[in-house]
Amino acid sequence: MDLSYTPEEEEFRARLRDWLARVLPGLPPRPHPDDWPGRRAYDLGWQRMLYDAGYADVHWDASPTTRLIFLEETEKAGAPYVGANFVGLLHAGPTIAAEGTADQRARWLPPILRGEEVWCQGFSEPEAGSDLAALRTRAWRDGDAYVVTGSKIWTSHAEVADWCELLVRTDPRAPKHRGITWLAMPMDAPGITVRPLRTLAGSAEFAEVFLDEVRVPVGNRVGDENDGWRVTMVTLSFERGTAFAGEVVACRRVLGELALEARKNGRWDDPALRRRLGGLHAEFRALWRLTQWNVSAAEASGGVPGVGGSVFKLRYSHARQELYDAAAEVLGADCLDLDRPWTLDRLSSLSYTIAAGTSQIQHSIIAERILGLPKGR
Amino acid sequence: MRFRLTDDQRALREGIRQLLARRFDREALRAASEGPVRLDRALWRALGDAGFFALRLPEADGGVGLGLPEAVLVFEEAGRALLPGPLVATHLAAGAVPGAATGETVVAAVDGALVEWLAEADVVRGDATGAVPLRSLDPLTPLHRVPARRPGHDPVAVLLTAAEQLGTAARVGELAAQHARAREQFGRPIGAFQAVAHLCAGMLVRTETARAAVYAAAVTGDPVDIAAARLLADEAAVRGARDCLQVHGGMGFTWESEVHLHLKRAWVRTQRAGGVTESEEILAAALTAEEA
Repeated sequence: MDLSYTPEEEEFRARLRDWLARVLPGLPPRPHPDDWPGRRAYDLGWQRMLYDAGYADVHWDASPTTRLIFLEETEKAGAPYVGANFVGLLHAGPTIAAEGTADQRARWLPPILRGEEVWCQGFSEPEAGSDLAALRTRAWRDGDAYVVTGSKIWTSHAEVADWCELLVRTDPRAPKHRGITWLAMPMDAPGITVRPLRTLAGSAEFAEVFLDEVRVPVGNRVGDENDGWRVTMVTLSFERGTAFAGEVVACRRVLGELALEARKNGRWDDPALRRRLGGLHAEFRALWRLTQWNVSAAEASGGVPGVGGSVFKLRYSHARQELYDAAAEVLGADCLDLDRPWTLDRLSSLSYTIAAGTSQIQHSIIAERILGLPKGR
Repeated sequence: MRFRLTDDQRALREGIRQLLARRFDREALRAASEGPVRLDRALWRALGDAGFFALRLPEADGGVGLGLPEAVLVFEEAGRALLPGPLVATHLAAGAVPGAATGETVVAAVDGALVEWLAEADVVRGDATGAVPLRSLDPLTPLHRVPARRPGHDPVAVLLTAAEQLGTAARVGELAAQHARAREQFGRPIGAFQAVAHLCAGMLVRTETARAAVYAAAVTGDPVDIAAARLLADEAAVRGARDCLQVHGGMGFTWESEVHLHLKRAWVRTQRAGGVTESEEILAAALTAEEA
């Protein structure tokens, strides 16, 4: 058991830290959350800077430990988040890298790395959320194209995306997992309507996407026809890997700020509040150690994220909600003021136990795949 | 970064697990819980021979020369097996109290208002004057009450207790999952019902999170890491044992089932070293110290 880093890893950390200290002060101010074109330009601009400095492919080619260092240091330095590049860098890109042809990799991967194209994810549907394999969006072959009709929902960044990684049903008679195909759909194709959805936090983070006889070239299919479910599982395993490592660092910083605020407003004298914050301190320290544990396991297994991701995701999503509930106790009546940043963060935290597999689905995954309990409903 | 068990550490864990399976199996556990509580001196010396107490003593002093990570692994196994006796106190006395390292001397220690295994011990560390026995909740941990004092707590004692709690958490999780796979109601294993399956999954989540915290604290030896490990491990053990009891239903409420023994021991351990409150205060204080 060892928590130390190799000299090469420490050198990577020092070089990255140095670069961040040089470039971050020169960044333009962050755009307003409702300014989608501004957000797109800002996020792509940051990715381009990473590309020019040699950090663009840290999510793909670097070792899990190097990736962890990258996430830790960028968060500590207050660097921009992956933002609109999320699906390209963490979902579609890795899937194309693993399952695409040489031509497909050459077409789609460089623009993701260089910060030129934004991807969105067309997986969930109104009738296919946790039961993703029940998706109904249909695609028929017509010559050299698929003709796609249906609707997708909870699609982040749809307004500004160039491409959509789309799951469609190509064989409605096959068992539900075996009739699905993975397509890369250009978002400027005729027949696509994007309707923004407002989240409970008031922001327009995601959208509904309606597809009316949209033609997608057959050459945009990744993997075989009707093999899209397996292709998709590759993508999802990436999502449950180290995706939240930077956020644990951020939560630890917030916890320190909460303690300072409580000292200022006198609530620190309440032992019950102190103990609550002490308990959360233990929680986020443990989550950081669990991240390091999972990264070490991924390192040993050749980079494949394991079921440890489900354990982490479950625990972290609840801890994040408890953190902002504790923030509300620290703030008192101010917790109702939307101009206090923790108020919005408290609202946003509510999505964590739902997105990327609800807590209930994660529990079932653990029960069936780790504990070997019988499949239930 | 290689934050995982080395081959040597795996071998050590396997060795102690086998020793305990031979010398303190479920039959021995059941027998111990039936009769008047006695310390098995032969087992104690076998533990001494295996290096359980001398593990962290330098080889030059007749010890094994290993560190906290290895100590945590063997205490986790002791917790799994529900091994009785003042294990932490004797381990910490190795090198300081003659015979402790070899298991010839059984050492108890005053911890706040309580002393575990006072009557069976050869040596007591701390001031035990005025000790009176109490009727212990845990049939396998005799307790004496002493006039309350507020001593400083050795972080290593806290960490080794957390390791025992981790072993309990892992064990009760396995017992619950086994029962959920085997026990049938309504014509199918109860583990097929989500309400039961999710209880079992929650136990695993708490155990594996606690494991990362306990092992990391063993690597760093940092008192704040140790306080965090303690909170996580206490929660994993106590809530795990309760959920295990729930999964076992009416069988879990019987004396015959071993589940209650895990819960009672976990409760005893939560009282050590100032309890949860002290660890939470350490972590809260560190929060503002870190910011400063």
